[in-house]
Amino acid sequence: MGKAQQVLSLGMVMIVGALLISAVNLTMPAFGSFPQRQIGENVENAIGQQILENAPRQTGAANVVTSVVWGYRGYDTLGESTVLFTAVVGVVMVFRAVRRPE
Amino acid sequence: MSLNYIIAMLLITLGLYCLLLKRNLIKMIIGLSILTDGTHLFLISMGYRAGGIAPIITGETISNLPGFAASAVDPIPQALVLTSIVINVCILALALSLSIYAYRHYGTLKLSELRRLEE
Amino acid sequence: MAGMTIIVRTIARLLFPFMFLFGAYVVVHGHLTPGGGFPGGVIIAASFVMLILAYGIEQTQKRMSFVNAEVLDTIGGVTLAIIGLLGLFVSGGFFLQNVFPLGELGRLFSSGNLPLLYLGVGIKVTAGILLIFYAMLFASRGENE
Repeated sequence: MGKAQQVLSLGMVMIVGALLISAVNLTMPAFGSFPQRQIGENVENAIGQQILENAPRQTGAANVVTSVVWGYRGYDTLGESTVLFTAVVGVVMVFRAVRRPE
Repeated sequence: MSLNYIIAMLLITLGLYCLLLKRNLIKMIIGLSILTDGTHLFLISMGYRAGGIAPIITGETISNLPGFAASAVDPIPQALVLTSIVINVCILALALSLSIYAYRHYGTLKLSELRRLEE
Repeated sequence: MAGMTIIVRTIARLLFPFMFLFGAYVVVHGHLTPGGGFPGGVIIAASFVMLILAYGIEQTQKRMSFVNAEVLDTIGGVTLAIIGLLGLFVSGGFFLQNVFPLGELGRLFSSGNLPLLYLGVGIKVTAGILLIFYAMLFASRGENE
């Protein structure tokens, strides 16, 4: 790409970076305020707090992240296993096509 | 003004710069991976509790479960980022294998020459 | 690809069981300590990759061939599906419901079907990463001859 296009792209990336950093500083809630979320005028507790209280009794696992991964969000992990399987099949297929012309 | 959010946004900007301005295919794939890493850092930093411990019940906290629930960080973003990391690995494997295929077929990895070849 | 010198081969042969054991420990204790199926599977696959790097692909094919890795991948996926389908046979059950006893908090044999699910995922991830490695090695083998 030409010199003018490169300078224009660089300027746009820097503008996007400045916008992101200023948005994070101005509109996000304070860092470290986990359960309290303020939406408009309501102040409510996030759902992670309820999961922390109920997970050892309901799933019996000492690792709360594991009980979230399989107990409360099992379909996401099942879909991820499917994605892993599809990626492996895709890689093997591409490399068969690479090898055959030789 | 916390450091976690600023570094996450810097990583996203850096990944965007690599994706837009580099002409080599491998460098663009590296930029994609940096972009994903910045997003993961941002997601995990959103669930932090000031002075919190990891959400894993050990031998010391097993006797005081309500105290554990009042001082642990958010477990949901960590579970989602776990899934996202595995998916990122799958995307990288497929993208790199396709770029090897493109190199064997066309002989070059520069994006400007890859676009002009008609086949 | 050819192997390496005799020092590297001896150290790799000595280190392989310990790496495998550590990976299996991370997989099996997925519901007690951080980790689980996904990082544990990667550690077990890394131990096999260390053997491939030290001994060369021809000799490691005799231990864990391409077809074996494909079969293991399928076994891991079928294990996940079977354990999920077992939850349908309980009255009012849904897919992936717990049918095994919950047990006591903090023990190894506890928390229902979570360790079994992580075993299936660990086998699947191991076989997947090994398959990717084998496919890339086989493709580059033709251009050196």
